[in-house]
Amino acid sequence: MSRQKPSGLAIWLGLSDNSFTRQKTVKFGDATAVNSGRFYSMLTLAVLIVAWVVASVFDLVEPFYWPSISGTWERLLKIVGEGFRNTALLDHVGISVYRVLSGVFYGALVGIPLGFAMGLSSIGRGLFDPVVEFMRPIPPLALIPLIILWFGIDEFAKIFLLFLASLFIMTLAARSGVSSVRITKVHAAYSLGASKLQILRHVILPNALPEIFTGLRTSMGVCWGTVVAAELVAADKGLGSMIMIAKNFLQTDTVVIGIILIGIIGYIIELIMRRLEQWLIPWRGKG
Amino acid sequence: MAEKAEIAIDRISMVYTLPDSEVHALNDVSLDIGKGEILSVLGPSGCGKTTLLNIIAGFLSPTRGEVRIAGTPVKGPGAERGMVFQQGALFEWLSVAQNISFGPRMCGRNRKETVDTVQRLLGIVGLVEFADKPVYQLSGGMQQRVALARCLANDPDVILMDEPLGALDALTREKMQGLVLRLWKETGKTILLITHSVEEAIFLGERLIVMAPRPGRIEREFNLPFATEALEKPARDVKAGSEFVSVREEILSMIWDMEEEIMGDNG
Ligand SMILES: Nc1ncnc2c1ncn2[C@@H]1O[C@H](COP(=O)(O)OP(=O)(O)OP(=O)(O)O)[C@@H](O)[C@H]1O
Ligand SMILES: [Mg+2]
Repeated sequence: MSRQKPSGLAIWLGLSDNSFTRQKTVKFGDATAVNSGRFYSMLTLAVLIVAWVVASVFDLVEPFYWPSISGTWERLLKIVGEGFRNTALLDHVGISVYRVLSGVFYGALVGIPLGFAMGLSSIGRGLFDPVVEFMRPIPPLALIPLIILWFGIDEFAKIFLLFLASLFIMTLAARSGVSSVRITKVHAAYSLGASKLQILRHVILPNALPEIFTGLRTSMGVCWGTVVAAELVAADKGLGSMIMIAKNFLQTDTVVIGIILIGIIGYIIELIMRRLEQWLIPWRGKG
Repeated sequence: MAEKAEIAIDRISMVYTLPDSEVHALNDVSLDIGKGEILSVLGPSGCGKTTLLNIIAGFLSPTRGEVRIAGTPVKGPGAERGMVFQQGALFEWLSVAQNISFGPRMCGRNRKETVDTVQRLLGIVGLVEFADKPVYQLSGGMQQRVALARCLANDPDVILMDEPLGALDALTREKMQGLVLRLWKETGKTILLITHSVEEAIFLGERLIVMAPRPGRIEREFNLPFATEALEKPARDVKAGSEFVSVREEILSMIWDMEEEIMGDNG
């Protein structure tokens, strides 16, 4: 059997296993032996694009259902250049992102202390448990009608919705972070002379950070989905409203552009959060 | 009341009340530990060793009786009683040096002095070059050395250890035993050490308590010369000596009988 070392490129593409995995004799069932498979990811993308190109060139699909690739490209250039409905594309993207960040920010601002209260005190837990447990299974979108009744459809209403969406996620994340602290760590800190406040600040908080961060990540994802849906219902700016308005004008190409952008931005948010996590919380899972 | 003992355990009993039963974890346990003494506690699993330690540390209050440290009844944990746990009690978000300086920082000690203390302790436990490493990058033995140093940084009068070397391999364990002995000699601290290793208990304990379960109680007490001997002789020689071996066999068979009894009860 030849033991030629595969090239770095082959490993990066996932066509060859890295040196450690290569020495494993049992790979099926070993999750760490599954490599990135980048080559096949590229293949998938390439197939999708080729299919689109072929469909466009041979006019296989009615543009009403799915636009041609060249038409979509032209539309994209036009939207980038002129904006859509008097608003620059970047502003549509920006306002959606801004709403998500605001919602997550306020959700964390209220949810983290709430989760701490629930994890640290019986009264806190008792007071908030019914509300949190009741709200948990309700999808944020189900609240849209109520929020429109209360606040109309202005900016505040949308951010309030996102705030609610992230609030319960953040509360639960913070609570479980607090509850996960190992009692020996708390005991050790008390024996080292720490006060209750110091325990909170120097033991419980850092111990809860990994889960709080997971909560932030989940919040971002959920809020991104929610903002688009909320904009579909009621907004004149933002990616969701852009595709909804485009639909009304039967601009399938703009709808498709919007959907692709929503996907890409959601993915970028996830990537940024993962990076931040590795950078800010290197001790995650090492307790 | 003038008291000679540094730790006075005065007729304590501990009952855990469960929904459908009561566990008598400790029954009428009394023990005096003198200043500067090193005492080891042995006993089959579930005989109440950890419970006893938690009561002395002030994390549990006994159902009856009380513990006094230098004459003062224990009401809760305090910095004069340092703890070393088996594993996983280090703060993984802090570096080695930050872990060691945790106590002095919490107690608001002088910064400059704290830096010196940390340097000195890093030297003692042989981790100077690891000062800025996160603790999770250290091996198990190194982590326990950090735990020891962290406890010493506060200069406690009493050190309570619950199977501090339990998770280490045999060789690392022997080295760490040497370190504990050295610290005991050099600092003159009162040390209470719980262990599952009969050899370790005999080797490190100037005094050795053997506990028995159901209800948890002190079964036998030994006064042993080996800890003091080991300050002069190499550890291996002490452990190979005929006296050491015979004490070990005696205690082993005693614990063996207890375990047998427990098994008999269950089967
Ligand atoms: N929180 C608790 N609730 C109920 N029972 C408990 C609790 N903690 C300990 N016990 C019981 O008390 C008894 C003594 O427990 P303890 O942990 O002190 O034993 P141990 O000697 O430290 O055992 P090991 O050597 O296994 O660590 C055991 O029977 C145990 O089941
Ligand atoms: Mg125990």
